[in-house]
Amino acid sequence: MIAPPVENEVVAVVQAAIDKHGKKRDALIPILSEVNKKLGYIPGEAFRAIQQMLHNPAEQVRISEGQLYGLASFYDMLSTKPRGKHVIKFCENAPCHVVGGKAVWDALREKLNLNNGGTTLDSKWTLVTTSCIGLCSVGPVLLIDDDMYGNVTPEQISDILKHYE
Amino acid sequence: MKTKRAMILVSNDPESIRLGANKLIYSLNKALAAYNLQDEVDVSTITDVNRSNVLPLVIVYPEAVVYGPVKPEDAHLLIEEHLYKGRIAANLLAPPKQLTGLIGSLRTHRGYNPAEQRIVLERAGRIDPENIEECIAANGYEALGKALTAMTPESVIDIIEKSGLQGRGGAGFPTGRKWRFVRAAPGEKKYIVCNADESEPGTFKDRIVLEGDPHVILEAMAIAAYAVGADEGYIYIRGEYGLAFRRIEKAILQAEEFGFLGKNIFGTDFNFKIHVHAGAGAYVCGEETALLESLEGKRGEPRARPPYPVTHGLWNKPTVVNNVETLANIPAILRNGAEWYRSFGTPSSPGTKVYTIMGNVNFSGVIEVPMGITLREVINIYARGMKPGSTLKLAQTGGSSGSIIPAVLQDTPMDFESFRKAGVSLGSGALLICDQHTCIVDLAKVLLQFFRFESCGKCTPCRVGTSRAFEIIERISQGKGRLEDLDALPNIAGEMERASNCGLGQTASVPIRDMLKHFRTEVEAHIRLGSCPTGVCQFMEEPENSQKISNF
Repeated sequence: MIAPPVENEVVAVVQAAIDKHGKKRDALIPILSEVNKKLGYIPGEAFRAIQQMLHNPAEQVRISEGQLYGLASFYDMLSTKPRGKHVIKFCENAPCHVVGGKAVWDALREKLNLNNGGTTLDSKWTLVTTSCIGLCSVGPVLLIDDDMYGNVTPEQISDILKHYE
Repeated sequence: MKTKRAMILVSNDPESIRLGANKLIYSLNKALAAYNLQDEVDVSTITDVNRSNVLPLVIVYPEAVVYGPVKPEDAHLLIEEHLYKGRIAANLLAPPKQLTGLIGSLRTHRGYNPAEQRIVLERAGRIDPENIEECIAANGYEALGKALTAMTPESVIDIIEKSGLQGRGGAGFPTGRKWRFVRAAPGEKKYIVCNADESEPGTFKDRIVLEGDPHVILEAMAIAAYAVGADEGYIYIRGEYGLAFRRIEKAILQAEEFGFLGKNIFGTDFNFKIHVHAGAGAYVCGEETALLESLEGKRGEPRARPPYPVTHGLWNKPTVVNNVETLANIPAILRNGAEWYRSFGTPSSPGTKVYTIMGNVNFSGVIEVPMGITLREVINIYARGMKPGSTLKLAQTGGSSGSIIPAVLQDTPMDFESFRKAGVSLGSGALLICDQHTCIVDLAKVLLQFFRFESCGKCTPCRVGTSRAFEIIERISQGKGRLEDLDALPNIAGEMERASNCGLGQTASVPIRDMLKHFRTEVEAHIRLGSCPTGVCQFMEEPENSQKISNF
């Protein structure tokens, strides 16, 4: 039986990540990060593929799928669930909070009609909170994919989101 | 019981009484009655204000404005301006304490900006961080050359120990001693790890170093490796710092090309290789043993200690784990000597500290100043004062795990020893300045939400404690607090301090304790009176059958 193309793509991405970061145990997090970046999340097939390609008792590298899932669920930047095309990360820590962060957060939720962790029905947006991203001098701060926005006010939300139409 | 909107504290130590404090209290009450404010404002007394030159002293809460010396005949004006008209009586304000002398002598070299002493940030912003030649022209790698060609590993450690440099990640452990432990530890293979997993909320000093002067970290790690006998190093950068990661990667390539890293550095038989590793988003990985676990490709759960990383670190080998800011001090100390370094700061905390300032102030950003300057100096000089209409209510030092400092403690010198004595923590050097519109319960809720989210879940006291404490504080913020919560919170805090495995759980109790220690009346107002004095918390009446619906 021929594997479905989706799985082929996952295997190819995993293979490329392993080629780049190596087959040692300490390469696991970089490999998972790479897969997460390429696919937007880490599907179950990816865990299986990584396990099969790296598990090598002869070289003292012992890995189970469960361990890989444990890693992916531990780290905040890795996702085991599909996410929207654009991920909005909003800093919810104290420095942003005291300079008006809550009003921005409320405006975001209202505009997208999402709660923390939710994805819009058209799979365009995912909204999550994040811990401090070190841009505290320009709070409140939000991150859309890799783009940073500082000194955000509730009124600016619509304009910012328009860039991603 | 009626809610009072303000509280006036008058100093009544013997000296204040000699200067007319009792008469002042009488006059204040009389003036309050004249404006018909006696039901809205309380007058009480306070001792030990530690400001002998401005007695009698008057502090007006909730804004914590300090007036002094106030004479009985000033009482009328003070009440009229501050409590009747609602503005600060400027000509009665207590003068700020004198400059500590630590910043009095600093040069101003950046236009109109206040003077700083830059050691850690000496090159950051002055050179092109992606060009190693600019770095070399500004003394880059000079200290490494000096160490390798003219010094023994022991003499390097001696200088660092004599300089009194303490770890800048928050704990303040003497760096020289840590290196000595690792040098003395048995084993051929040793590692140097740079902790660049800066995720303490409000802290971005390490990002400025990594992005602005990546070579200083490489040079310092090579010096550390020479001193302890290591040949391999790792820089663990948090995953969110993409630019810092790319610059460090590039800097490593350049340094290898110039022969500052790699084999036979400076023509000696010393070899050193640096790897760079990106985190994937976990606050707890800033804890050194969790960071080592993460480097090994595991979940970043802190290890049980002892054994400590100095003997059992990365892959169970002796390992130096130093913070970015700590390392950035090393080359300058080797170039200029321990005596020079000790000329900055205080005898117990030598050197400078990089602070990140933010909140309700006019200037937010990074400054580097000698250890031991006061919070008042930081706010008034470096942050250029509070925003118009804001008065200082509290400051939070050192990110979430730091202390909440009420306005009355703003004259405590910021160094490890003075802070320890005052029972507060310097932490990572983040200074979050909050004004009178900040509700302490709301702030504590945000902090506990952070800990609840970031607790790794390995040990029960932290996993359950942070969640329970958050639930209780959230309940108080919704107007559903109970009086027994005031006992439950310190109990939970105590359990977390005693039984948690690592610093995350042990310091998650700090906001709880500081909230109850300094702002207990404000918390009680939420519970007893069902009102938030600052108006931040919104109390919602719950529909009677809401419980039923959620169970269904």
